[in-house]
Amino acid sequence: MRQIGKLALPLGLGFAFLYLPLLLMALFSLNDSRMVTSFSGFSLRWYAALWRNEALMEALFLSLRIAAISATMATILGILAGFALARLGRFRGRTAFAALMAAPLVMPEVIIGLSLLLLFVALESAFGFPARGAGTVAVAHATFSAAYVAVVVQSRLAELDESLEEAAMDLGARPWGVFRQVTLPLAAPAVGAGWLLAFTLSLDDLVVASFVSGPGATTLPMVVFSAVRLGLTPELYALATLLVLAVALALVLAWRLLRRWPG
Amino acid sequence: MRRTVVLALPLLWMAVFFLAPFVIVLSIAFAEAAEGLPPYAPLLRWVGDGLPVLQLNLGNFQLLLEDPYYLDAYRRSLTVAGISAMLCLLLGYPMALAIARAPERWRSPLLLAVMLPFWTSFLLRITAWIGILQDAGWLNGALLALGLITEPLHILYTDAAMYLGITYGYLPFMVLPLYANLVKHDTALLEAAADLGAKPWRAFLQVTLPLSIPGMIAGFLLVFIPAVGEFVIPELLGGPGAQLIGRVLWTEFFQNRDWPLASALASALLLALVLPIALFQWRAARAR
Repeated sequence: MRQIGKLALPLGLGFAFLYLPLLLMALFSLNDSRMVTSFSGFSLRWYAALWRNEALMEALFLSLRIAAISATMATILGILAGFALARLGRFRGRTAFAALMAAPLVMPEVIIGLSLLLLFVALESAFGFPARGAGTVAVAHATFSAAYVAVVVQSRLAELDESLEEAAMDLGARPWGVFRQVTLPLAAPAVGAGWLLAFTLSLDDLVVASFVSGPGATTLPMVVFSAVRLGLTPELYALATLLVLAVALALVLAWRLLRRWPG
Repeated sequence: MRRTVVLALPLLWMAVFFLAPFVIVLSIAFAEAAEGLPPYAPLLRWVGDGLPVLQLNLGNFQLLLEDPYYLDAYRRSLTVAGISAMLCLLLGYPMALAIARAPERWRSPLLLAVMLPFWTSFLLRITAWIGILQDAGWLNGALLALGLITEPLHILYTDAAMYLGITYGYLPFMVLPLYANLVKHDTALLEAAADLGAKPWRAFLQVTLPLSIPGMIAGFLLVFIPAVGEFVIPELLGGPGAQLIGRVLWTEFFQNRDWPLASALASALLLALVLPIALFQWRAARAR
C-alpha cells in the first residue's frame, strides 16, 4: 500500500523550492548583460571573466588545497572513531566518546571558530606556533568534519556483519591485517563518501575560516562573501554554477560506485 | 591494547581542538579587554614578588544580563530559529513522507536530490536569493510582468527574507531524519487502520504522525541548533535590525575587537543550546 499519491505535489513544490534558485543562477551566468536580473542573450563571457579574476582563482586553489588536506585528516580521525563505535563493543566511556565525536555536528560555527582561534592564539603566545593561516584553517575544518566522516563510517560498518572479519581472524590474520584487508575495503564506499563530504564542508566554510585564518590566507568563501556584500555580479553566478555542477557530478559518481560495491 | 590504539588519536585530537578551546573561551569570558594582541588582560597576575593573583572579571556576563541589546539578541535568535525549524517541518514533512512512500528504487535518487543542494556552496545558494528577492530582482520582475503587483515588493533585508533563507538552507537537515523515521514504519499498521474503516487522513493523524514524533524532534533540533548561531543568512538577507546572536558575536569580535565579551556571548549561547539537547537526550534515554 505504499504510494506517493497526492504527496507528489508537495514533493514537487519542495524540489522546485530547492532547485529554482540554482537554475536561475545557472541561466543568468550565461547572460550577455552585466545586469544580474534581465536577460539579453547567451554568452560565456562571465566564465572567461572568472578565469581571469586572479584574486578569486588564487582563493579557489587555496580552498581546494585546504579542503583536500583537512578532508584527509578528518577521514583518518573519522575512520578510527567510526570503527571504535561500531566494532569495539561496549567499552568504558563509550557514550561520552560518542557524544564528544558527534558534538561538532550541532555546534554553531561561530562558537567553533571563536574557540579555535583563542586556542591558536594561546598556543602561539606560549610556544610561538602555529602561525595562523592555511594550516590552522585545515586543522579547524578537520575537527568539525571528522564527526561527519565518523557517522558515515559507523553506519556502514554497523550494516555489515562481522562474520567476514571473524573468518579472517579464524584464518590467523592479525587485527591490523583484518582491519587493512577486510574491514577497510568493505567500508571503502563510506570512507570515500565521508572524504567527499569533508571536502565539500571545508570548501564551503566561511565562518570558521574567517576566525582562524591569518593574513595572506584568504579562502574562496571569504572572497565571495566580501564580493557579495559589494553587490551581485554574473561572475559569482558562473562560479556557483561550476561548483554545483562539480558537486553534482561527484555525488552521482559516488552514488553509482556505492550501489555496485559488494557487501 | 587494540582499543587504546584506535581511540587514542581521535580522543587526543578532540581534547586539544574541541574541549580545550571551550575551556579557554570560558576563561577569557572572565578576562578584561585590553589593548594589544591578544586584546585581553591575563587572568593570573604577579603582583610584586608574591604569589599570582587570580583576577576574575564578571563584568562581561553582567553586561549580557543588563543590556537589553544582548538579551534581545538571544531572544530573537531563539525565536527565529524556532519559527524557521517549524517552517522546515511543515515543508519537509510531506517531502519526507512522499519519499518514504515512493517505490524503493526511487527513494535513494530522491534523497540524493534533497541532499545535493546541501553539498554545494551554502554561501552561493544564499546569494541566489539576493538576486531573486531584491527590488529589481527576478521575483518582482515576474510579479510585475504578470500584473499581480504595480510596485516592487521590498522583501530583501526584511525578516521574511531571513526566514526564507534559513528554511531554504536547512531544509535537508529536516527531511533526512524524518525520512529515516518514516521509512521504517510498518505499512501493515496503515492497512489495519484502513480495514477498520479509517480514512487515509485519519490513519495519518492517528498512526503515522504519532509514530514519527522522534523523527520530528530530531529534525527540529538539527535545524534549530545551527540556526540559533547562524551568521551568514541574517547578515546577507536580513535587515540591519536582524541582530541575531551569531551576528552580534561576530561584530563584537571583528569590529569592536572585544574578545572577552565575544567569549562571554559564546559561553552563554553554548549554555542556551546544551540545555535543550540534554533535556532531549534525557527524555530519549528514559523512553528506551
